Amino acid sequence: MPSVIYIHPNGSRQTLDVPAGQSVMQAAVSRGIEEILGECGGNAMCATCHVYVEPDQLDRLPPMGDDEDALLDGAAADRLPNSRLSCQIKVTGELDGLVVRLPDRQV
Amino acid sequence: MTPNAAPELRGGALHAALAAGAPVPGVPVSDVDPFSVEFFEDPHRIHHELREAGPVVWLSSWNVWALARYAEVHAVLNDWGTFCSSRGVGMSDFAREKPWRPQSLILEQDPPKHTRARNVLGRVLSPAVMKTLRERFAAAAERKADELLALGTFDAITDLAEAFPLAVFPDAMGLPKEGREHLLPYAALAFNAFGPDNELRRKAMAEAGPHVAYVTDQCARERLAAGGFGAAIHAAVDAGEITAEEAPLLVRSLLTAGIDTTVNGLGAAIYCLARFPEEYAKLRANPALARNAFEEAVRFESPVQTFFRTTTRRVEIGGVEIGEGEKVLMFLGAANRDPRRWEEPERYDIELKTSGHVGFGSGIHMCVGQLLARLEGEVMLAALARKVGSVEIAGPTRRRYNNTLRGLESLPVTIRPA
Repeated sequence: MPSVIYIHPNGSRQTLDVPAGQSVMQAAVSRGIEEILGECGGNAMCATCHVYVEPDQLDRLPPMGDDEDALLDGAAADRLPNSRLSCQIKVTGELDGLVVRLPDRQV
Repeated sequence: MTPNAAPELRGGALHAALAAGAPVPGVPVSDVDPFSVEFFEDPHRIHHELREAGPVVWLSSWNVWALARYAEVHAVLNDWGTFCSSRGVGMSDFAREKPWRPQSLILEQDPPKHTRARNVLGRVLSPAVMKTLRERFAAAAERKADELLALGTFDAITDLAEAFPLAVFPDAMGLPKEGREHLLPYAALAFNAFGPDNELRRKAMAEAGPHVAYVTDQCARERLAAGGFGAAIHAAVDAGEITAEEAPLLVRSLLTAGIDTTVNGLGAAIYCLARFPEEYAKLRANPALARNAFEEAVRFESPVQTFFRTTTRRVEIGGVEIGEGEKVLMFLGAANRDPRRWEEPERYDIELKTSGHVGFGSGIHMCVGQLLARLEGEVMLAALARKVGSVEIAGPTRRRYNNTLRGLESLPVTIRPA
């Protein structure tokens, strides 16, 4: 099963084994990672599942859609070049070892 | 009993009987009327029976299919190609009946038409816009909490659940001051209209005239103040995204769905916090839980109870084949308490991970105003959590009857300062 590494704002790392097909948001919410809310349930409508992807891994991800791009402008924590919405990142075998940093707030 | 007997719900009890009237043999049949006063007073018991009867149930009272389990409701909400909205999201099939008002450009459309309208409203109500409103809404919530503390005992529906959205939403829309008393009756009418041609709907239609006239007038560009949602929608005409004829109908969508839904969401939250004091104590201890306390109330009470879709082709749901052009009723409130999805669905828990509930729908038609609703709910509950020590029910509650919306007519409460 592919693994995803979540880095909390205090620097601690948490590794989750994520079934292929689940999103980085769904995996986090179902396993109690508090820094991701996913209020809209993964419909790309709320920007409360914002993460910072390790910059050297950005090109492993599918490109950002227009909806995601617009929503990120309203994310609670600063938008950076490596900002993504974790509901739009579906975990696959190719993404094994993905590292995402969690912002300190989503609202 | 025959081998092909289907379970039947009658008078609330589950019977094994032939599926008389059901278009498919062997499918569970229920004669409950989900648009009746009996149902509104206690939907949970019947939701439970419908969920347990099977993934798909035939409602013989109105000859429609019904889904009460989370998995099927969620799947249908996320398959707009098979389960369309352009034939209406109420019981009336627009392919056979004329809609009671010009068809919505967003709620009652499918892609690609829907997409254009959705993009405009999504931007008007985006997270970035919410940031600009937060401070103003939070200050209004503080004032409201102080007013209510001065009253001590009041009706939490009229004085709080209605009064707060009415204090912030019409200004955010850019509406003129006069005539705002039509907003709630218009919304009640629109949500009653999704139901069958029953007494509730007929009465609402009979009284519709002045409310429809008011809302229609407010949709015009010159009625809407600069800086508001209404003006932002009309600005999309200048950008070439929508036509000048389309803009008023998109304003109408916000006027229809932007207030009564929030009223019932906030009413649900107060009703929950008053009934479950241990949850209010948790909120008092940590007002940052206000946003989730509101969200959990939307799951727990599901202010929008139902929506329909219409099949665009033959399709199988839960082993039952449904033909083309059939109405499918989704019980959002039942899905939000389905034990197949939720560990303790009957418990109001302000720390629950609510992500994935369908109280705001799901998929492309998921509530476009959800961020606004959450903002209003959050700031109001946070203000109460900081200032109010206890919330107690102070008299008999009375339910408000609507074919789609669930909420109270009256909720007397007493609050004490922290």
